[in-house]
Amino acid sequence: MAVKTPIYMDNAATTRVDPRVLDVMLPYFSEIYGNAASRNHQFGWAAEEAVSRARTQAADLIGAGPKEIIWTSGSTESNNLAIKGAARMHEKAPPGSEGRGHIITSAIEHKAVLDPCKRLAKEGFDVTFLSPGSDGIVTVDDIAQAIRDDTILVTIMWANNEIGTINQIPRIGELCHEKGIIFHTDATQWVGKMPTDVTADGIDLLSWSGHKIYGPNGVGALYIRRRKPRVRLVAQIDGGGHERGFRSGTLNVPAIVGFGAACEICQQEMQDEAQRLFVLRRRLEDGVTTALDAVQINGHPDKRLPHVTNISFGYVEGESMMMSISDIACSSGSACTSASLEPSYVLKGLGVGDDMAHSSLRLSLGRFTTEEEVDYTVEKIVHAVKKLRELSPLYDMAMEGIDITKVQWDEH
Amino acid sequence: MAYSEKVIDHYEHPRNVGNFGSTRDVKGRKDIGVGLVGAPECGDVMQLQIKVDHETGTIKDARFKCFGCGSAIASSSLATEWLRGRSLKDGLAIKNTEIVEELSLPPVKIHCSVLAEDAIRSAIDDYRRKNGFAVPDDKRIESN
Repeated sequence: MAVKTPIYMDNAATTRVDPRVLDVMLPYFSEIYGNAASRNHQFGWAAEEAVSRARTQAADLIGAGPKEIIWTSGSTESNNLAIKGAARMHEKAPPGSEGRGHIITSAIEHKAVLDPCKRLAKEGFDVTFLSPGSDGIVTVDDIAQAIRDDTILVTIMWANNEIGTINQIPRIGELCHEKGIIFHTDATQWVGKMPTDVTADGIDLLSWSGHKIYGPNGVGALYIRRRKPRVRLVAQIDGGGHERGFRSGTLNVPAIVGFGAACEICQQEMQDEAQRLFVLRRRLEDGVTTALDAVQINGHPDKRLPHVTNISFGYVEGESMMMSISDIACSSGSACTSASLEPSYVLKGLGVGDDMAHSSLRLSLGRFTTEEEVDYTVEKIVHAVKKLRELSPLYDMAMEGIDITKVQWDEH
Repeated sequence: MAYSEKVIDHYEHPRNVGNFGSTRDVKGRKDIGVGLVGAPECGDVMQLQIKVDHETGTIKDARFKCFGCGSAIASSSLATEWLRGRSLKDGLAIKNTEIVEELSLPPVKIHCSVLAEDAIRSAIDDYRRKNGFAVPDDKRIESN
């Protein structure tokens, strides 16, 4: 059967807006255009009612109350508000500490967590960047060992965006609650794909984004716990006191309506969708690993999101591979595909060698991925790897039994 | 990333892919010069082999293999085309800037052309060393 190209295998980067979501959004661009903060006329009331419905839909997806949801522009803003807002609750050094307090995060977080943490380090907070094991998982033991008397915040992503590995979140949350430390999780890759219950999972602050859950770009949410403990974040954007003072700014009503609708669809379909995507991901991984030697799946073999896979194809460089499979949209950990010309820091953080990081592809499936597309992708990748290995001096050397890690390379 | 048509052509139809024998085989062959430059950790490795006519000092044939991005593959493929039929001296005269120009490489890919120039020099030096010719220590000075 002919497959329609290009094929989208980059759903961890962004997702297509579900047509059902778009339908719900459209009237809010034209007929229902009021400002949700206009309290004195029906245009405003209609907008406010839609925002309030979306807030309930978002809260339901993660087991929270609607008053615990704050609208933002996306996960980057949610993470900034959560991390900086929680840290800046501590104006003075905690007892027994010289600095302003201690923050724990991991070295494989998204930049939207790493960079705010680095900013706080410059402001006098002490930040620990934990390295996960070679399976890519941050464990409760890693956190337990890093906690100090002056630890004020732990921020660990739920699932990793590059390799899909799942950290020990409920247990890390429980530990933080026992110790009275605020716990934030960047759940951008997790929420909407896997079941979430902020109460049972011990979470105080949780970030997620519309465009990863088949909703629109430019809208996100932050869950802020109201009870046991009540988290009184310091606002990072002032002006007008919207969102109960946590985040000022006129609400993006159409996007928020879309976010809510996307959450509701995810909640209804998550279980079946996860199962379907898991089967497709396995089909993809089995397809390439049976056809090719020297292939490595990065991260823990099982404790991963159902729809994300990160594969290193030994002796083949990632960017040249993407050139070969140009009708398949995906990402690579190769330096040549990044603006910084550095290979993926996430793969490096796992101890994957730079050579294997250069050889990696991230393929992420989604709601609209079909079995035919997966089979086509396998076929194209296998063909590309074989072709590029015929060109690869490293593959020849490996076949000759030369250990390429022992060769004296002349580095540039 | 937008590649030039020439890069895509070399990438899709690489010229003179291969070698004149395994790493071990060519080590003892005096008519073959081998250049192996770059490093896997840096994301590009080029292997260039030249077959030289002792009598005339001409490069009769050239083969390459490359682990690297599309521009690296195109640069080394182009190098083999340019080397065939040249004298060793003319081979050494190939400048990375000529490769950049021919392939319209963007600034971030200039290192690929530098690597190709290094591979040429390294292969010619290897041939010279095997045959008892002097090889200047400072390769950069010689190239200028």
